[in-house]
Formats: sequence, structure tokens, C-alpha cells
Amino acid sequence: MRLPFTQTRLPLAAFIGLSLTGIFLFCAVFAQWIAPYPIDMAVGGVWESPSAKYWLGTDTIGRDILSRLIYGGQITIFVALASSALAFSLGAFFGFFAAVNGGWIDQTLSRIVDLMMAIPSLIVALVMLSVLPLNLTVLILVIGVLDSTRVFRLSRAVAVDIAVMDYVEAAKLRGEGGAWVIFREILPNALSPLVAEFGLRFIFAVLFISTLSFLGLGIQPPLADWGGMVKENKDGLVYGKSAALVPAFAIAALAISVNLVADWVLTRTSSLKGGRGG
Amino acid sequence: MADDTLLDIKGLVIEATSYPPGEPPKEVTLVHGVDLKLRRGKVLGLIGESGAGKSTIGLSAMAYGRGGVRLTQGTITLNGRDIRQASARDLRTLRGKEVTYVAQSAAAAFNPAKRLMEQVIETSLAHGIMTKPEAEARAVMLFRKLGLPNPEAFGNRYPHQVSGGQLQRAMTAMALCPKPDLVIFDEPTTALDVTTQIDVLAAIKEAIRDTHVAALYITHDLAVVAQVADEIMVLRHGRLVEHGDTAQVIHAPRQDYTRALVSVRSLEHEEKPPAPPILRVEGVTARYRGTNFDVLKNITVDLAPGQTLAVVGESGSGKSTLARAITGLLPPTQGRIGFAGRQLSRELKGRTKDDLREIQMIYQMADTAMNPRQTVGTIIGRPLEFYFGLRGAARDKRVQDLLDQIEMGKGFADRYPAELSGGQKQRVCIARALAANPKLIICDEVTSALDPLVADGILKLLMALQSEAQVAYLFITHDLATVRAIADKIAVMYKGAVVRYGQKSDVLAPPFDDYTDLLLSSVPEMEIGWLEKTIAHRRMESAGN
Repeated sequence: MRLPFTQTRLPLAAFIGLSLTGIFLFCAVFAQWIAPYPIDMAVGGVWESPSAKYWLGTDTIGRDILSRLIYGGQITIFVALASSALAFSLGAFFGFFAAVNGGWIDQTLSRIVDLMMAIPSLIVALVMLSVLPLNLTVLILVIGVLDSTRVFRLSRAVAVDIAVMDYVEAAKLRGEGGAWVIFREILPNALSPLVAEFGLRFIFAVLFISTLSFLGLGIQPPLADWGGMVKENKDGLVYGKSAALVPAFAIAALAISVNLVADWVLTRTSSLKGGRGG
Repeated sequence: MADDTLLDIKGLVIEATSYPPGEPPKEVTLVHGVDLKLRRGKVLGLIGESGAGKSTIGLSAMAYGRGGVRLTQGTITLNGRDIRQASARDLRTLRGKEVTYVAQSAAAAFNPAKRLMEQVIETSLAHGIMTKPEAEARAVMLFRKLGLPNPEAFGNRYPHQVSGGQLQRAMTAMALCPKPDLVIFDEPTTALDVTTQIDVLAAIKEAIRDTHVAALYITHDLAVVAQVADEIMVLRHGRLVEHGDTAQVIHAPRQDYTRALVSVRSLEHEEKPPAPPILRVEGVTARYRGTNFDVLKNITVDLAPGQTLAVVGESGSGKSTLARAITGLLPPTQGRIGFAGRQLSRELKGRTKDDLREIQMIYQMADTAMNPRQTVGTIIGRPLEFYFGLRGAARDKRVQDLLDQIEMGKGFADRYPAELSGGQKQRVCIARALAANPKLIICDEVTSALDPLVADGILKLLMALQSEAQVAYLFITHDLATVRAIADKIAVMYKGAVVRYGQKSDVLAPPFDDYTDLLLSSVPEMEIGWLEKTIAHRRMESAGN
């Protein structure tokens, strides 16, 4: 599909966002080859300062922080991506479905979503994770389902606008089924806001996983993740050790860079929303 | 000789940056060196199709360019000074004081949260032209002159409390209130119903005459401009085509393009004799869900194969609702719809694939009727796949045949709707309807968003396709010239009911019922003095009653 290039040059913010995101993704994919030390081996002293041997120092039991950061990035990004993908599949499908059908189907789905959103997701997640077995699949499912309510709201709102267009009516008059209407008439026109939203949802998933891990209900040892690393090293802050700040900084850097990319995607494609204007 | 030139535009060039889809942005010239001269108290009509640059030139009279539009060359002399070079401060005092503007959509131009009076006198107060009591007195005087009901209290209303025609007149009052030298009227009656247009037109004309203001009157309708303008400038693609007295341009146009514009309305169509119907609408009554008001009241019409039934009426009369009832989008509460000898289910869900295939629809706005993310090939090809199971090369060949039929050549199948012109878009919609091999096509105001010459082409194409494929048209329109050009039968609708129905020659021949008479006599004719004659005739009639 051809896209109009309203900007032929890449803006600086987008460049920074894209390169940082690229670096994070690269590290995540090739963690096994990049990381200088294994994820779970005490290689040095406790809370050693950064040095040529341990670039970012060592942690509370003497493991290399850089290596754990790289492996932690892998697991964090993987879980966040998987749960965002799940949230989008669920949320977008039901959002479009509600918008196209309207009536009691829309009402029922929307009220269920309202109900879920009325309870703080962290509390729901904590309750669910305390009952369910703690493994990656459960974690992804819980985050994905909770996040899908936000995606539902957005995709329903976007699709309601599109569903009243004459071309959707024309498809219904032709006798097309729901699948064609949703996937061929509405989805392509709703894509650009959804793509931008995906970036934001991904970031919220990263933050959510980090929060859960910090509280001890997220990713379990021996796997490392950034929120867990902050938790392990937080006591060092009292002694002036920076070990907890490194993963915290990584979380912030990933959040900002993905946001910059999402912004750029949104501005670049929004003039094409519905294919009109600009 | 005293120079009474108010506005003198010389060699005006206007440029803008355009962003064509799929290509890098490029500079386009909208107006190529146009000259224009307007004397005090005169009305100059600017006429042309969309993209002719008429609004752009009109707005340049207050040195204004809409979003991204730049006035790059030429001089615009207003009251003896060049305003193209004027500072922002000078322009601020000029706009609203010397030049004012009346926009097409009054509903979008008024602030819904403020009373009309406050908005009408706002400019006069902001420029310190008069005190509040003076301005209010002048506004009431203008309300009276413009024929608004209860002029003393009219200003106390909010925009939503008055009708569209009244709002348009209120905007004219707003423009005239600060005693400007020049008013720019940008299609002020285009969005109005024909029966409302005539009153607004008469009010505007009287107000212009009584206040001795000069005006630029921008419109695409030659018959309208013939009623108000002293001179007419015909524009096309940002260039002047013809300039002359109104009488000369109307009666003795010098250029081919002007001649084509003048003759658009004289399309003729031979009425076909009555025949056994394919579509029978019997006693159909319908209302929207959750309301207790019938939007369609006991409608009975029928239509023979290969013929055209024109459904006319003003906005809100139920024309489009009738189409929705026939297609099954709005199930009737009473009545029956028979089609090709069988009874159609009221609900869309209850109809067979053939029921759906044989009734196709073409919409007013081709822009929103096509998915912007699908190519022309997909748009036309989908009904072929869906109804006939055509795939691959067979489908592509049929798509090309259909494109040939709508007089669009090769290379269009891969294009997106955004890469087509308005007329081409509507043609693609026609091809999509034809792809289903329908027996009936419902055309909902299919030409009203198009320029006259383009609309003319579409109507000719529809007529040619009808005689080729014997398809019946249910043609919804508010334009009586279109009705004359295509209809075999006519149904006049008013407030949800059919008030007059029959063969074209019967419906358009006296004696008329009151509403049809009003509707027919309100259509502007290409004749100078028509407006005065009609208004005088109406006053006489109402005095007689």
C-alpha cells in the first residue's frame, strides 16, 4: 500500500526514538551473544562500582548488571509485546464488533468493559496473580486481558465513526458478512490511530510488568527483568549504590523512545485518516 | 470624472502547496493573473465550477488567503491603496470595516452559544464604528429589511432557534451592519432549499440595493447570479474566461465554455409510456427506532423496468428515507414492497442474495461511498466476486469492461479514490452498482455535489446505461432541472408524504397543488428579472387570498 510522505525528512525526535528503540530491540533479540556474563552467575563483589570489567557495576549478590539488564530487556520486551498483541487482538476485535452491530451487543460489551475499568487494574492483577500459578503465560494473559479494555474503548470509538460511512452501508447492502465489514472495510481505515496506540499500550505494559515484578508478582527468579532488578537493588540506594538506578533508567529510556516513535507514526499517518484531506 | 472604482485587482497570482497522495508536495498556481474591477454600489458575480478560483479571488479582496494559500503577485487596490502589501494591523482595521464576508454555511459560521444580536453587532462595536444602541438599531433595521420575522425580538434568539434561511439572512445583516464598502457573498444560498433560496436571494438583493454597498457574489449557479449581479465574470482553472454585463453573458455568451454553462439546464428527455412495474411500493409507513413520528406516511409509488422515477422535495421531506425503506435499511412499520413479482422482506436480514443484488444504490457523496483504502479494482471487483464468484483474470477483465462502460480508460483499476476527480469517483460508484447486474438502481442526489458540466456528463452516462441495460432508476433529487432531464415519472414529496405523483408530463403541467407550485416556481430561471417577477407574482397572489 502506498503511503503519502507528508514529511520527506525524518524529524530529529523520531530519529532518536527509532534508533534507541532499535538498540533496545537488537539487544533483546541477541541477548545471548551480546551479554558479557551469564544472567545468573555471581562474578564479582557485592555492589561493585562500574569498571572496565563490569561496565555498569555489580548487583546485590555480585552479578554483572549490564548482562542482567540485557537479559532483563529481552524478557521485559517479550512479555510486553506479547501482552500488547493479545490486548490488541482482543480489544480491536470486540471494539469493532460492538461498533458494527450496535444495539444490545454494543451495550453489553461496553458495560462489561466499564466494569473492568472501574476496578484499578493493578489490584485486579494482584488478586489474579496471587490465585493463579506464576509463570510467563499467565502473566501475559492477565496483562493482555486487562489492557484490552483500553484498546476496546479506542477501537470502538474509531469504528463507530467509520461504521456510519456510506461505504460500510454499501457493503452491508451488498450482503457482506461481519468479517468482511470488520477486516476489509473498517480495519484498514482504523489502522493508523491503532498503530500509534500500540506504542503507548506497549509502554504501559512495560511499566505494568515492572511494577508487578517490583512487588514480587511479576517475572520470577532466576529470570531477570527490570522491575525485579530495581527491587533487588533498592536497598543499595541507602548506601549510595547506584545499582537500582540503572534498570530504572532503562525503563524510562525505553518508554520515551517508543513514545517518540508512536508520536511520529501518528503525525505521519493522521493526515491520511480515512484517506481524506491533506 | 470622479473615480468611483472601489476595488481594482491587477495581475493577481495566487499560489498554494498541494499534497497529492503518493507524491512529494508541489507548488500549484490557483489563480493565473486575473484582473478585476468593481465600482461602488455595483454587484459583480464570480462564477465557475469548483477549483475555478472564485472563492480564492473573492477572499483576496480582503487580502486573505485560506490555509496555505499565498497571494504572490499583482496589486489589490481597495479604496485607493494596495492592500496586498498592507501590514497585519492595517488589515485588521480593513476587514470587518471596509470589507465583510458572508459564508456559505451560516450554521457553521455562528457561535451556537451566543445570541444573534451579540454576533451581528460584534464587528461594528469592535471597530468602534458605532455605539451599542446605534448598532442594535441598525441591526433591527437590517432584520426588517431582510424580511426576518419580528425584527425587534429576532436578535434575542440563539442560532439553533431560527431556520437555515433566516440564519443566512442574519449573516447578511451581520455583514452589512458595520456599513462596509464591499461585501463578499460566498455561495450564500447554495446550502439552502430551493423554496428558501428564492426568499433569501430577494432579501439579499434588496438589502444590497438599499445600502448602496458593492458586492462580489460568488456562486456556481448562473441562474442565481443572473438575478443579482450587474456584471458577471466567468472563471475556469484560475483564469478569466469571459467578462461582461449580465445580459450579455446570459443571452449572448462569447466563449464556448460559457455557452456550455448556459445550456446545461436545457437537457431534454422523452418520457416513456406507462408499463407494468418492477418495483411496487404500497402504503409504506416508516419511523425511526425509538421515535413516535412517521417519517414516511403511506407512500405508494411504482416504477417500470428501464424507466426513471424521480423523487423530488426539499431536505427533510423523506426522499432518502424512502430509499432506506426500499433497501431494507429502515424496515417499514406498515405497507409492502414488491419487486420483480415477489414480495421483499422488510428487514435487510430477511432478503436473499438476489434481492440484494438486483437493487443497487449510488450515493450523493462519492467520497464517503468508497473505501479510501481500496483500489478502484477492488471496489468494482468485489460485487463480481461476491455475487458471481468471478476470480482472477475473469474478474479483472469484467472490471475493465465496466470501466470502459463508464468511459474511464485503462490504468484506473490500480488507483485509490483519492487519486480521482469528483466526476470520476461518481463514475466508479456507478460501475460498482452496474457490476451487480441490477434491475433497479437507487440514485440518491448523485449529481448534487458535482459541478454542472460534470453532473451533465453523469446524467448522460446514466441515461445511456439505462437504454443499454434496461435498468430502472429511482432518482432522488431536489433539482427540478435534473428531473426534467431524466424522469419518466415524478413523485413530489413534502413532510414525509407524496403530494403529487404521476407521469412527468402530468406532474409538471397545471393545475398544480400549492406545494408543487411553490417548488416549481422557486427554481431560478436563466432570465434577468425573473426574481422580481416571481416575488411580485407571489405577493399579488397572497394579497388576492
